[in-house]
Amino acid sequence: MATVELTFSALPAHVRTARLVATAIARRTGVEESLLDEVRLAVGEACSRAVEAHRLHCPGEPIRIELRDDSGRFEVIVTDVAPSDDMENDLSPLMGGPGGQSGPSDQFGLMSDSLSSGFGIAVIAGLADDVEVYPSAKGMRIRMSWPAAANGVTPA
Amino acid sequence: MDLKLDHRTEDRLTIVEVEGEIDVYTAPRLRELLIDLVNKGNFHLLVNMEKVDFLDSTGLGVLVGGLKRVRAHDGSLELVCTQERILKIFRITGLTKVFGIYASVDEAKEAHGRDK
Repeated sequence: MATVELTFSALPAHVRTARLVATAIARRTGVEESLLDEVRLAVGEACSRAVEAHRLHCPGEPIRIELRDDSGRFEVIVTDVAPSDDMENDLSPLMGGPGGQSGPSDQFGLMSDSLSSGFGIAVIAGLADDVEVYPSAKGMRIRMSWPAAANGVTPA
Repeated sequence: MDLKLDHRTEDRLTIVEVEGEIDVYTAPRLRELLIDLVNKGNFHLLVNMEKVDFLDSTGLGVLVGGLKRVRAHDGSLELVCTQERILKIFRITGLTKVFGIYASVDEAKEAHGRDK
């Protein structure tokens, strides 16, 4: 069962709120202090990506974030409803996949002020040891988790 | 915390002081400042990030965009940063190979002076 569920409209200002809520619940759930920066950044990246996708495709639709404390893990799921068919193409140059074999510095000439959607996901992949990305024509779901206290609650 | 921006020029080097959080909400303000500085002929920029609490890929995009603009004028955009939490995102993305990153403004100014 989700500890907290939050929906917010696709406004950049709300991403900070989502980050703050996620970090507070991660701390409460017993995630180590040394990991809280990673949680904050990864949740921010996932929410920023979702906000930008919604602003492009469906600005009136809300973004959903679920924060759970199941089985000694702190789990965050960010779900949007913007089509994400291009996700694989966005990711491949940065990940050395079929779209390109080179790293970010070699891709410098292709970068712009707004890095690709895949760049944010690449950052998340570098931060969380457990990440799953489910792109689809109906939206994207990013699930990530970190180790938490076994009883799910930080000692007072 | 919101984003505070300030800048000054010393010996052809424009030092941009950044304080607070650089994210999808605040990054456009930094982008506007960098564009404005370049449009006014400041092609050697040093962004001091010692007081930055948070940086995400949107902020990285703005810095990369600034670097592209100054390079078009044979300029430079370098960073001052010693905070591990900020440096980590540069490492994860491989951008430590793209930006010159210094431990202090003085160190960056010294290196800039040598390169002139």
